[in-house]
Amino acid sequence: MEDKKRNEMYNKYVSAKIPKTRPWPTLFNSFLVGGIICLIGQGINDLLMLGFPNLSQQSAWAMTLIILIFIAAFLTGIGVYDQIGKFAGGGSIVPITGFSNSITSPSIEFRSEGIVYGICVKMFTIAGPVIVFGVVSSMVVGLIYWIISLF
Amino acid sequence: MQKEQTFILKKQPRIIGSYTIVGPKEGNGNFGEYFDYVMKNDCFGEKTFERAERKMLETAITGVIQKANLQQKDIDLMIAGDLLNQIVSSSYAARMFQFPFLGVYGACSTMAETIALGSILVDSGYCKNVVCCTGSHFSTAERQYRFPLELGNQRPPTAQWTVTGAGASVLSLDGRGPKISMVTLGRVVDWGVNDVNNMGAAMAPAARDTLLNHLANTKTTPDDYDLILTGDLGKLGSEILIDLMEDEGVNLGVNYGDCGQMYFKSEQETLCGGSGSGCCATVFNSYIIQKLKEGQYRKILFLPTGALLSPTSTQQGDTIPCVCHAVVIENDVDMKAEKQQKKQTEKQKEDYVNKQNEKKIANMRGMKNKSIKSTKKGENSSQGV
Repeated sequence: MEDKKRNEMYNKYVSAKIPKTRPWPTLFNSFLVGGIICLIGQGINDLLMLGFPNLSQQSAWAMTLIILIFIAAFLTGIGVYDQIGKFAGGGSIVPITGFSNSITSPSIEFRSEGIVYGICVKMFTIAGPVIVFGVVSSMVVGLIYWIISLF
Repeated sequence: MQKEQTFILKKQPRIIGSYTIVGPKEGNGNFGEYFDYVMKNDCFGEKTFERAERKMLETAITGVIQKANLQQKDIDLMIAGDLLNQIVSSSYAARMFQFPFLGVYGACSTMAETIALGSILVDSGYCKNVVCCTGSHFSTAERQYRFPLELGNQRPPTAQWTVTGAGASVLSLDGRGPKISMVTLGRVVDWGVNDVNNMGAAMAPAARDTLLNHLANTKTTPDDYDLILTGDLGKLGSEILIDLMEDEGVNLGVNYGDCGQMYFKSEQETLCGGSGSGCCATVFNSYIIQKLKEGQYRKILFLPTGALLSPTSTQQGDTIPCVCHAVVIENDVDMKAEKQQKKQTEKQKEDYVNKQNEKKIANMRGMKNKSIKSTKKGENSSQGV
């Protein structure tokens, strides 16, 4: 019992002593970089619509996503994306480029363990939960949509 | 002789050689000029970082044997450890050598653990020369304990930077160097911290426990030591240790330092400082040994801490058990005076040689060139006019 009390006290003391991240500068950085990434995406989209007038809006969006994913994967490969991430925090994690980074970085890291057991197995160690939650939540939303459409 | 957790060594083995090898970032840190070898890149000419770590350990072991003026056959035992699963780096490095090998794991406290074990074995007379070695690599530790290197995430402000480096020392009864007079082996302490990004806070209670034990067993106070050096508590952890000791009525003053906190320069962005078993191993085997030899320090209490966790245990929500071993290193030889004496004898030798040479030259000149002398005389006279 005494140990438990001491541990609780100690954890309280430690959490009071931990240096806090300053919220406003980090929020600003992530807003800035996240905004720039979205701006680049919009730019690509507009250029695509200009260059290929026959392209539908839907396929232009898809093309934009593919291009953004490629850029992020490329930047990860040459070791730039983690520098951006260090500065931007959530700003470069939340957009689709962050998803691309989270799949590319373990692939590079575990290349030394071989293609099947290294790259293929470890590829989704970080992005796996995102895919699981994405699929499950879309199923739930679809179910709700179906129930509503019955009435 | 044993007093509870403290072993007082009778024969006092000496550290007759030490060698360090570090990565480029560490080479640019505060201790950069003291290391024996700074690698040009983290790969060290190998395909994977794991192999680079192995090669670092091999280099450190061969380097230290050479530096102690010994041969491989003179070594009776090697004690080594590292951070990787199944301590592969040490074991793989050991297959290169022909002496027995004991693998130990004390996480970041491994250097003190190997030295403690080695000095007890040497002191008891069972071993003559023992090699103690440990190291860590940022990229291998990062991949095992945290995230891939290229992942674009931010580190929390309490995070520390695993040092890429290896250090080795040779313990022996004959030879010159600082001596090990006392060893205190630590208990495993767990005060319920489960944040893997805050190792300093988890390990500080272990350092407190061993330090209090050591001071009580040896009846010393912090003021009896020129330096009390913890391993990798970091900025936050060392502050916590000072607070914890103050609660016990022991003041850690200016003679207290932490390897991790001092390791990197502030612009190197390592947040709370360095960590890993290579952190205190490289500082101890370079800077500390050199300063002991130079006579700046006479008595040092070296007590690195180690967090004995695994990624599985943290994922299952367990708290972090920690350990801390202490070693007292003393320098009884007045190295400054010795150095001066050496210099003086060397000077005397040089003077003697120079005089002999001058005599020889003078004789030769006297025998051969009388004409040159005469012309010189002529020049002198003309200058005089």
